[in-house]
Amino acid sequence: MMQNVTIGQYFPGNSFMHRLDARLKLVLTIVLIVMIFFVRSILGYVSVAVLVAAMILGSKIPFKMALKSVKSMWLVIVMAFVLNAFFVKGETVLVEWQFIRIYRESLLRAVEMAVRLVLLVMISTMLTFTTSAKEITDAIESLFRPLAKIKFPVHEMALMMSIALRFIPTLMEETDRIMKAQTARGASFDSGNLFSRIKDMLPVLIPLFISAFKRAEELALAMEARCYHGGDNRTRLKVFKLKGIDYLAMLIIAAEMAFIISGI
Amino acid sequence: MSIKVENLSYTYMPGTPFEHQALKNVSFEIEDADFVGIVGHTGSGKSTLVQIISGLIKGYDGKVLINGIDYADKKQDRKLLRRQVGVVFQYPEYQLFEETIEKDIAYGPTKLGVEPEEVERRVRAAMDLVELDYDLYRNKSPFSLSGGQKRKVAIAGVLAMEPSILIMDEPIAGLDPMGRENFMRLTKSLNECGLTILMVSHNMDNLAEYTRHVLVMNDGELFMEGTPEEIFSDYDKLRAASLNLPEVAQFAKLLRAKGMDIPQNVIRYDQLKAVLMEKLGGKQL
Repeated sequence: MMQNVTIGQYFPGNSFMHRLDARLKLVLTIVLIVMIFFVRSILGYVSVAVLVAAMILGSKIPFKMALKSVKSMWLVIVMAFVLNAFFVKGETVLVEWQFIRIYRESLLRAVEMAVRLVLLVMISTMLTFTTSAKEITDAIESLFRPLAKIKFPVHEMALMMSIALRFIPTLMEETDRIMKAQTARGASFDSGNLFSRIKDMLPVLIPLFISAFKRAEELALAMEARCYHGGDNRTRLKVFKLKGIDYLAMLIIAAEMAFIISGI
Repeated sequence: MSIKVENLSYTYMPGTPFEHQALKNVSFEIEDADFVGIVGHTGSGKSTLVQIISGLIKGYDGKVLINGIDYADKKQDRKLLRRQVGVVFQYPEYQLFEETIEKDIAYGPTKLGVEPEEVERRVRAAMDLVELDYDLYRNKSPFSLSGGQKRKVAIAGVLAMEPSILIMDEPIAGLDPMGRENFMRLTKSLNECGLTILMVSHNMDNLAEYTRHVLVMNDGELFMEGTPEEIFSDYDKLRAASLNLPEVAQFAKLLRAKGMDIPQNVIRYDQLKAVLMEKLGGKQL
């Protein structure tokens, strides 16, 4: 029932994209996403699209999979398109029917918005497709390290994040299992109005919460049994170090940045 | 009720790097009121198989007929399938959610649209079957019980739906030996009342003692099929499927190695006892 979620999923591999330093990937992804909102020309969008295509090629993940992530966001994209098309005011009227007026500018704006969202989703999925949750949290911890100087609990935050991420698939599996068990007992989750649907979810949510709390307790106990304590003096198995391909990636993104900014 | 499975294949997450074929062209038939055991190592496709038969996994290749009816057909009423096939999952105690035991057991039959008085009768009957005192336990919270009792409540919740086919995925995992024995005896009595039973288990001893038909799964394929005597006397083939003989058969094998002439089909305690009594010239106890 829940095995077809592709967004936020990691695909193990050893491609160019996989081998990039996770810290760098995180920073460059954010840079690229911000850059999308500075693009002003069609050529600019084409250059970003080419870059995204290159990223997908460099990750050895099938194009179909990358597109699937966009599919799961289609509602948001369609909404952005419709809202922009109908509510942005422009000068040249294209369609006029009763109170609805669609302008040339608003239609262009809507297309632009949809393209931006598609690129944004694809770029962020490339990060999660090629970087494991562990690497991402390690990267965040490493990037936020300076904040530890002002007593910000960096390590604890990273630990909380990695535990939360670690348990998403487990809880999904659990949800799937409980849903199946209740389905076998005659429950149905896809009929009725909103209120009755929420009520129908109770037989799933209650057992799910109970087992989640139990798991949390067991995990805490297991960590304590192994004398776990905070971030001071802990060393890591994998130390981040920038390599040749990381500098290459930086160079590519810097070139893209320069191109986009010059296009303003 | 009979179950017929024809050329059943199923692949998890097709078209992704996580693609995994769980079932490969599996075909078999189960007669009405049979008691069938399904064995196989972890990941051999047992759970997928029983979930497909229960109608909980869709999108498979091949056919599953329950009493001649294919419920994958959109024209068929799936509620009828729920009424006929009861499923007890691994660790069923984790599906409890109601405030009282009575309400939890009543959930299934109520969802099937059974009248309130009939629901009460069924709850009583189901609690009786699993040996939980109705008046003593009906108003207790299911979460206040011990693990074994919780499992009884969960199983009563399935029995209260009065299915004709009962499918169980490792129902005795994690129970103590007494609990296991009691549970197998309960299952046997249900079977004698006419229920078709399908039980997935790792416990060869219990399966050898109680089932009448055994399916052995290996890497998504139906590897062996036959009576418990046929299956549990074939050591080499069982080892090839990463399984082992039941204890009695192992014991018989050791005795055979020591030169004692014990028939191949000895797999149950009473059989072995009878043979040994005769060989040793002892009196029947």
